[in-house]
Parts: sequence; structure tokens; C-alpha cells
Amino acid sequence: MKRFLLAALFFTVLLLIWEALFRAKIWSPVLVPSPRQVAVYLEGAAMDGTLAKATIVTMRRLLIGYIIGLVAGLPLGLLTARWKVWQDTIGTLALGLQGLPSVCWVPLALLWFGQTEAAMLFVVVMGTLWSVVIATETGVRHVPPIYRRAALTMGSKSLHIWFKVILPAALPFIVSGMKQGWAFAWRSLMAAEIFVTILTGFGLGQLLHYGRELSAMEQVIGIMIVIVVIGLLADKIFFSPIEKFLHRRWGTSQA
Amino acid sequence: MHLAGRHHHSSATEELQLVTPSKLAIENVSKSFKGASGSVLALDDVSLNVAEGEFVCLVGASGCGKTTLLNMIAGLEKPDSGTVCADGKPVTGPGRERLVMFQEPALFPWLNVFGNVLFGLKLKPNLTNKDRHDVAKYYLELVGLSRFERANIHELSGGMKQRVSLARALAPNPRMLLMDEPFAALDALTREQLYGDLQRIWKARNKTIVFVTHNVREAACLGDRVIVFSPRPGRIREEFAVDLPRPRDINSVDLAVHATEITKALKSHSQPELATAE
Repeated sequence: MKRFLLAALFFTVLLLIWEALFRAKIWSPVLVPSPRQVAVYLEGAAMDGTLAKATIVTMRRLLIGYIIGLVAGLPLGLLTARWKVWQDTIGTLALGLQGLPSVCWVPLALLWFGQTEAAMLFVVVMGTLWSVVIATETGVRHVPPIYRRAALTMGSKSLHIWFKVILPAALPFIVSGMKQGWAFAWRSLMAAEIFVTILTGFGLGQLLHYGRELSAMEQVIGIMIVIVVIGLLADKIFFSPIEKFLHRRWGTSQA
Repeated sequence: MHLAGRHHHSSATEELQLVTPSKLAIENVSKSFKGASGSVLALDDVSLNVAEGEFVCLVGASGCGKTTLLNMIAGLEKPDSGTVCADGKPVTGPGRERLVMFQEPALFPWLNVFGNVLFGLKLKPNLTNKDRHDVAKYYLELVGLSRFERANIHELSGGMKQRVSLARALAPNPRMLLMDEPFAALDALTREQLYGDLQRIWKARNKTIVFVTHNVREAACLGDRVIVFSPRPGRIREEFAVDLPRPRDINSVDLAVHATEITKALKSHSQPELATAE
């Protein structure tokens, strides 16, 4: 409770400073809208459904792409950890491409897929995939061999060992890879949406872009706030509980 | 009444019944490893018989190949030459007839205490989940950890961890238990308790046990027989029968007499190496 109050106080002070800066009129009100104006925009966008529609479009792209990235990345990571051939080929490729900022995929995606949903998905998948491959591979390589030996003596065989021993043992690494993949996917999708208008759906990035076109600063800031809140929620609802569980089970220190 | 076609299923009580302990025949086993400085002969022509239900301790300085021998009995490694037979059949790979308790913590941190003990049981067919639970509970009680079945592994002390390891190794009801310096990392007091408990459990569950250690007193306290190894190459040098009544107390004078004798043998066989070291 004390922590909550402190956080609430912090954000109130932040809002007050913002309001004070607006009232001081140092910058043009077109560039620095008041918190009230942003709130009014958000309320309007929420009431007429623009916000919900854009959020759904963006989250759909993100989730579908992310899940494809996970589903493809996990087995690829396992294969690269298991066999040298895969490590030297896919593993090296993953290492290289993971270092490529995923925004760099946008031009290529546009040329390949045109201004379509497929282009958006492609960018998200590329953002997710390589982090998950690398994390899974690293995780599997860090599993102490003694776990495998212990399982072998208890009668565990190849596939059973992979699913009941190696995968769970590598879980802390895999989860941190999933988290990184999520962050990369989220960033690259925003970049793609800001660059490219896709007629089949206006996402949050597009709203941000049109805010700029219309010089509607309250829209720009409002949408940025929405994006921040979605990122926070994803962390609190999805990743935090998993990480807490891992910390409790493994006994690693709580960061 | 025809039972044909009826699904066979063994109950928890059946599962907990004592099984005949294994007997072991190791003949002329040799094994070398490729190291940085060429090939190292870890075991040189080692032969050893272990009777059903016998408790045998292997002692020797580090590098004498005693752990390698244990891994071969477990089926985790293969000899270069010679044979390892358990109950007349050559050991071709690991199997739950011969379960291992390792020195390092090999418990699975993603499972709690109960889940760890259950792991091997889940791999046994013909058991219902309820049977598996009953069996796991029985062994946790046997090692004195009933109260901790929901605990996470990292919450346990070193001694408790090894108790869970023991329960996990016992749960699938193996015929032989292979123990690789399981108490080496524990403090003296915890170790003394475990000596008592291990002797009690060995009697209660009637297992053949091969126990690797470098602690001579420990070997004399636990073993029916103590086998002395010499290092580089690993060879069996001498063996001692310890015919003291059980349960044995690690601090008893009789035991100290045996331990002194074994230590003397151990030192004399390690002499060449010491001489070159000095």
C-alpha cells in the first residue's frame, strides 16, 4: 500500500509539472498541450471507438506475429543446441540477424508483401524469432549435464528428456528470450505502422502518424501514453507472474 | 474366472514390496580417457564381485577411477574392454534397476520435493497416479521429509537435499543403489545422522549398494566390504571385510581400528605418486 501511494504521488507530481510547464507558456500550446487536452482527446477517441479499434488491430498483428515467432523459434533453438550442423547454419544466421535492428526489415517487407497485413506480420516475426532462437539455444547449452544423466538412470528416454528435463531446465533463459523478443516485436511493429499505411486496418502507430500530419499534439502524446500503458500491462500481466514463479522455484534473487 | 484381457495394474502396496537385490560381476574392466596430455588410463583390469544385498564401499584418492567404475555399473559409460554384468546380464545402458545418487545436487529445480521423488515413478508404467503419490509419500517419510514435500529445492539444506535425492533414487524400487560421494559436501553432524539413516534404510529396503568415497571412516562405517583403489592407473589393491555389528557408530573405537588399517593400505598404495610429488 505504501509503495502504491508513493507511486501515485510520483505520477501526480509529474502531471503537475507538465501542467505548470503548459501554463508557463514557454512553448507554443500547439507543441505542448495540457494534460487536460490529452485526456479529452483520449476520452473522445475511446468514446467513438477509434482507440479500441486501433488497439485491436495493433495487438492482433503483434500477438499473431509473436506467437508465430515463438512457435518457430523454440524448435529452431532446440535444433541448433542439439546438432552442430544447425548451430553452424541457423545458429550463425540467428546470431547475425538478432543484431539487425528489426526496423530494417520494413523496407524489405514492403517490397515483398506490399502494403498488406503480411508485411506487418513479417516484421513482427523477424523481431521475435531470432531472440527466441538464441535464448533457447543458450538455455539448453547451460543445462547442467547431471540433470540429463540423472533422468537417464530413472528410465527417461530421448523425447521425454527433451520435454521433461531439458526444456524446463532451460526455462529461465527461454523466458528472458521471450521477453526480449516481445520488446523487439513491439518496437518494430510501431516503426512499421508509423512508416506504412495499411488499408486493412489502422493501428496505434498509424494514429500516431496522423497525429503528426494533423499537428494534433494531444493525439501524438495520447497515443504514446496508450503505447506505454500497453507495454506495462503486458509486463505486469504476462511476464511478471512467470518471472516471479521462476524466482520462487529456482531461488534466484528477485530483481 | 478368466483374467485374460484384463488390464494388469499393480497397486501401491505391490509396488512397495521388496525386490531381490542385484548381484554384480565386473570382469577385467579397463577404460582410458583422452586428456590434454594424451590418453590417461582411468581403470586398469579391474575385477569385482558384489553379492546380493551387499554394501560395498570403494575408496581411493581422486583420479583412481572409482567414479568411472560407478558410472559403468550405472550404464552411463562403457568400458573399453572387459564386462560389467548385473544379475548375469551385461549392462548396456542406464536403467531404473540401478539408480544413482550423485555428489552434486542433481535434483530438478523446476520441480518441488514431491515432484522430484515422483519423476522416476511417472516413468513406471502400470501404476495409477494415486499409487505413485502413495509410493512417493512412503519414501519421503522413510527419509524423514514428509513435512517438506511441497518445498522448493533451493529452500532445503544440503543434508535435506541429499535425503530427497535418496528418496528419489529409492522410489522406483531399484535393485541396486549407486552412490557417488553423496555426503562429501555435508557438515560432520549432518553426515553422522545420514550414516545412521542410510544403514536403517538399507536394511529396511534390502538393496545392494555400491558406495564411492574418499573418506575411509565413512567407508568402514557403512560397508560390509571396503575396496581400496590406487590412482593412475586405477587398480584394485586390497579389500577389507568389516564385520562389525550394525548399526555402526562412526565414532566407535572398533571402527577406528578398521579405519586405521584401511588408511595404512591406502597410503602405501599411493606412495609412488607422493614420492614423485615431493
